[in-house]
Amino acid sequence: MRAAAEDLISGLTRYYFWSLLAWQDVKQRYRRSMIGPFWLTLSMGVMIGMIGVLYAGLFHQEIGGFLPYVAAGIILWTLISSIITESCATLITAGSLIKQIEIPYSVYIYRMVARNYIVLAHNALIWILVALVFGVAPRWSLVALPFSLLLIAANGVWIGLLLSLLCARFRDIPLIMASLVQVAFFVTPIMWRPGDLPGRSAFVFANPFYHFIELGRGPLLGAFPTLGTWTVTLAVTILGWGITFLFFARFRPRLAYWV
Amino acid sequence: MARIELQGISVTLPIYDAQTRSLKSTIAAIGTGGRLVRGAAERVVVSALDDISVTFEHGDRVALIGHNGAGKTTLLRVLAGTYQPARGRMIREGRATAFFDISAGMEMEATGYENIVIRSLYMGMTLREIRGVFDKVAEFTELGSYLAMPIRTYSLGMMLRLAFSISTSVKPEILLMDEWLSVGDAGFTEKAKQRIDEIIDGSSIMVLASHDLKLIRRICNKALLLSHGQMLAFGSTGEVIMASEAMVS
Repeated sequence: MRAAAEDLISGLTRYYFWSLLAWQDVKQRYRRSMIGPFWLTLSMGVMIGMIGVLYAGLFHQEIGGFLPYVAAGIILWTLISSIITESCATLITAGSLIKQIEIPYSVYIYRMVARNYIVLAHNALIWILVALVFGVAPRWSLVALPFSLLLIAANGVWIGLLLSLLCARFRDIPLIMASLVQVAFFVTPIMWRPGDLPGRSAFVFANPFYHFIELGRGPLLGAFPTLGTWTVTLAVTILGWGITFLFFARFRPRLAYWV
Repeated sequence: MARIELQGISVTLPIYDAQTRSLKSTIAAIGTGGRLVRGAAERVVVSALDDISVTFEHGDRVALIGHNGAGKTTLLRVLAGTYQPARGRMIREGRATAFFDISAGMEMEATGYENIVIRSLYMGMTLREIRGVFDKVAEFTELGSYLAMPIRTYSLGMMLRLAFSISTSVKPEILLMDEWLSVGDAGFTEKAKQRIDEIIDGSSIMVLASHDLKLIRRICNKALLLSHGQMLAFGSTGEVIMASEAMVS
């Protein structure tokens, strides 16, 4: 228990270490092409534009309201889903280091989460563009955004830790996760609105992904996250951290033998 | 004044195959009591170290000798703190620095300068310590303006120079080595030799796993003979090497 807590805390205090490595990861993408990570931003921008126009037509939505909704949703979903999918490989790829260098394992997890936040900062450009084009003025609700992003990051760390440990032991989990994430994208209100599904509100509100998306999308579109959203996301944070911590404390000594 | 005390250290290495690596097979094995998928429930383990008790004191230059698979690397990993033993306890006073793969953690796409910082951080240095040695490391590499280039463009020799210069910039209290360091091209060798000697002299305890008996006789004052994970002998280099030769014949 103590070793696990020390790992997490001493990893956190080495913020300069994992933020530097996260920057390196992003810079590596810069180096491969002229526009670097903006290549991903560009393709996401195209996707948002296409989906926005297409689904606005399909669902008879007014584009001025629908496209910003889709843009915010996809940007946040990309953050959450890439944290989940990248978690799987995080400790496996660090295997040779884990076997020979004694540094907190959490450093590798913080690095992965930080990397995705740097990519988010790139993708934020899409939002700014969309907001300018469709005249989404910043509202007071934006003050909730930093808290929302912090809460998502806190969840990113426990998910990263839990999944990367599980994936180090069971090598078929990455495949299972990839398909789960795919399904989650379609059942979560990102390309459609919760109101489009009359009479099935439990289907939407029982989905934690919906609340994590709402946590960021609400403030961007001018609404504070509801009490229900805060409750669900905080409960997931506490429960997730509880389970992950026990799991980490139990299996941390085994990790070097798994990778 | 470093000190390492091992008390009854045992390490068992799990051997995983495709079956035990699979969550689906493992669940199927638990659900059916192991009848449906044979193998997933039975974990194969190898005893890599068996009840090792030994103490290394300040000034000890210890050679680990034994055949391939005797447990030398496993013991080094226990000493480095990366392998948690299944049983037993290690009391380690002093910072351990492992020279197993001196380029571990280096990023191919990053420049030489960036890698000095990255690799130093992996070795446990603080930013202040890195600032202190940065210029000296850069100078020692003799790579000049190449340091501003991504190391992906380096030759193998240049890469080794850089890794060597960074890794040896620390003053380790406890130095762990798996085979002797290779130091790249000829022009660099003399300088590197001197640097290694300095580091070994400066260290409090050194543990070296090697097959090179000539090297061991020159460097080490103690030796530990391992065979199939068991410690057969520990004592002065000459005696232990004699014991190992007697075992072979």
